[in-house]
Amino acid sequence: MLENYLPILLFIVIGVAFGLVPIAAGKILGPHRPDAEKLSPYECGFEAFEDSRMKFDVRFYLVAILFIIFDLEIAFLFPWAVALDEIGMFGFVAMVIFLAILVVGFIYEWKKGALEWE
Amino acid sequence: MDSLLAIWSSVPESAQLITLTVAKILAIVIPLSLSVAYLTFAERKVIGYVQVRIGPNRVGPRGWLQPIADAVKLMFKEIILPSSSNKFLFVLAPILCLGPALAAWAVVPFMDGVVLTDIDAGLLYILAISSMGVYGIIIAGWASNSKYAFLGALRSAAQMVSYEIAMGFALVGVLLAAGSLNLTQIVTAQQGWVWNWFWFPLLPLFFIYFIAGVAETNRAPFDVAEGESEIVAGFHVEYAGMTFAVFFLAEYANMILVAVLTAIMFLGGWYAPWSGLLPESALAIPGLGWLLSDGPHWLLAKISFLLFLFLWFRATFPRYRYDQIMRLGWKVFIPITIVWLLVVGGMVIAEVPPWFA
Repeated sequence: MLENYLPILLFIVIGVAFGLVPIAAGKILGPHRPDAEKLSPYECGFEAFEDSRMKFDVRFYLVAILFIIFDLEIAFLFPWAVALDEIGMFGFVAMVIFLAILVVGFIYEWKKGALEWE
Repeated sequence: MDSLLAIWSSVPESAQLITLTVAKILAIVIPLSLSVAYLTFAERKVIGYVQVRIGPNRVGPRGWLQPIADAVKLMFKEIILPSSSNKFLFVLAPILCLGPALAAWAVVPFMDGVVLTDIDAGLLYILAISSMGVYGIIIAGWASNSKYAFLGALRSAAQMVSYEIAMGFALVGVLLAAGSLNLTQIVTAQQGWVWNWFWFPLLPLFFIYFIAGVAETNRAPFDVAEGESEIVAGFHVEYAGMTFAVFFLAEYANMILVAVLTAIMFLGGWYAPWSGLLPESALAIPGLGWLLSDGPHWLLAKISFLLFLFLWFRATFPRYRYDQIMRLGWKVFIPITIVWLLVVGGMVIAEVPPWFA
């Protein structure tokens, strides 16, 4: 069981190394002549006139929150989907009720305009 | 040779296991990196021909050495760390993008039994690791301390999480159909010719999965994250040299990953389109018989076709507006997937042949 997951750990390490090695090579091989103009944030030639970590639209938060709800929902559906053959009609109806509750919430947020981007 | 074997057997068993695993991983990752490099070349050639140009043709015979020239050029460019950026996060971001895109290949089966690790939670692992990619983009946008990068990262993050929901629901449909999280078993559940594969009973999910895959990888027509005309290059506007190249590699590695997963889950993985239909004698012909029978070359052909679709989309479709992208993800894809989940559930309960019998 556990030895099945050792290759995954090694793969993640190698994947990270595949990102790290070229960057290190670029750091060594490339020139290094920084100056204030070159290092200033790019703003199409304008001077940066305020902090760039600025305020942003609350809808991005809303999307993130809705994402968490739906993603959890998907995580709930995974074991059900795998076991549907065994649990049969009873399991199917149970999940239809579960999805119906989800859909009610989805219709609510739709009607409330949480999904509008105009 | 004998002395080499003697040295090998004298190494402790755990070290042998690790060496073998690392060798197998490199046998996946190195061809993969080469494919990524030549996918960039293929993209420029395909788009060139779509636009009635011939694309890059100067470096090497017919331009074949172009990706290598690009890599060498970027290698010798200065890596710029912007003045008020978070230096550590700035360098970490591209690595966080590339690492998961490669690591997902640990569970991808190339043929029955030919897989690095045959875990039963394969699809769960894919879902988990492919959602790691969004961190790289958010961190890049935040660490750069540039307005364009920040806006690009916000857009991109919201878009990616939106499409991940549709993608997740499509995955649940595949699970229902296959009854397993193990990717090898998902393919063997589709054993047979074209009609037995899951693309037909799961047709809406197949389309949605692939389109959501295009949106997940921030490819045209969903590339508002780097919409040149609005926010220059989006989240990687401050990146130069090799840090930029790693972002680029990550994007193309993700494309290949989406293509291989679509091929495995909907297009029958390594099965030939006429698998099980041809007589044994046809498969026994040397050379041709191998070509006609099931094998990794069919998986490769399906991946290549899907990757061509990526390039084709980029060459033909104009960019979506941001509110249209969000509408498509939330108001079109999610309702369709929920409805189709119930349809697939019904089909599984009713044991509709030939897929669910």
